[in-house]
Amino acid sequence: MKTDDLVALLSTNLEPVERSPVVRALCVALAAGTAVAFGIAFVALGVRSDLTTIRALIYLTAKLAFAIGIVGFAVVYLTRLARPGGERKSSPFLVVVPFLVVVFLAAISLGSAPRSHWDRMIVGDQWLECLLSIPIIAIVPFAVSIWAVRKGAPTNLVRTGAFAGLIAGGVSAMAYALHCTDDSLPFVAVWYGGTIVLCTLAGAALGPRLLRW
Amino acid sequence: MATDEIQLKALMLASLDGDAASHRLLLDRLSSRLRAYYRGKLAGIGRVAAEAEDLVQEAVLAIHLKRDTYDTGEPLTPWVYAIARYKLVDHLRRTRASRADVPIEEADEVMAHDDHNAVESSYDIGRLMERLPKKMQCAVEAVKLDGLSTAEAAKRCGLSESGVKVNVHRGLRTLAALIAREAPT
Repeated sequence: MKTDDLVALLSTNLEPVERSPVVRALCVALAAGTAVAFGIAFVALGVRSDLTTIRALIYLTAKLAFAIGIVGFAVVYLTRLARPGGERKSSPFLVVVPFLVVVFLAAISLGSAPRSHWDRMIVGDQWLECLLSIPIIAIVPFAVSIWAVRKGAPTNLVRTGAFAGLIAGGVSAMAYALHCTDDSLPFVAVWYGGTIVLCTLAGAALGPRLLRW
Repeated sequence: MATDEIQLKALMLASLDGDAASHRLLLDRLSSRLRAYYRGKLAGIGRVAAEAEDLVQEAVLAIHLKRDTYDTGEPLTPWVYAIARYKLVDHLRRTRASRADVPIEEADEVMAHDDHNAVESSYDIGRLMERLPKKMQCAVEAVKLDGLSTAEAAKRCGLSESGVKVNVHRGLRTLAALIAREAPT
């Protein structure tokens, strides 16, 4: 085939294009992913029974703030990554801020507690449930994020996959927080932070396969 | 170089609004730059320059299909370069290059030279078209090869007008995917 022929073919009956459909797709994906994640957490796990107490609300808010912070930074960055060359435009390091804040607060909270409490503060009651729930709930948000990014044209597939995973993990953590009654900050840092990082790594591993265009 | 960017960006903005003549001129001018870029890159890592035309066409198709990802507030050159480089890396991986590293250069490099000596690529558009599903094949042929209007194409293919548009778009995407899967030797 001659390139001239291809150019002629592509230019024949050209249609105007819609601008930035990928941004809209990402918003739709985020909304849908969040709805599904909350639905699963609500139906399969149930909301924590003490939700009406002030104490529970404070801890729930703190966990949500952590997860929303991650998702917020990650979505902004992912909209850039979805365009060719987007990875060269800005640095992704802002997303570690919520992690650093939580680790810092967890360290303070460990430091102010007697050593004999540490095990209990870190391991909590439901570490296994948290470890399993967040990645499982993250599957649907991850799938819709990938669907949205595929409308764009990412040129760094590992990083784009990682951010799709990060968003999915963050959304999933928001949903799981409704159920989780382990309220110590070290628990949140290790098990929430850890599983979200796990989702990010899974996304990075899957990115090149799922996002190629 | 700066005037180049300004001219090409103006063409891009017009083609995003559906101006076929601008689109044609844009792809034409980009393809000669891409040709020079790919020939240089492939020669640099000891690959035959004949592959360059395959890559030029892959990149031109990608630029066309992904033109909605261009942020009109940004310069055009880095966007074109990112696509050109992505397609090069992807092509080398697919053709099992010895994982030759493609160094990151300045985005301007992709616009640096022209090469008008087109050769034919190894892709056979007719043969590729045959592999499309019937509806897509009919829609692409009618609208893109025979230049029929959407209404005429709808009549010929037995589709609605919006069905024709959808099938043309999907057809081109499928063609690009077929090309990307075909590892030329």
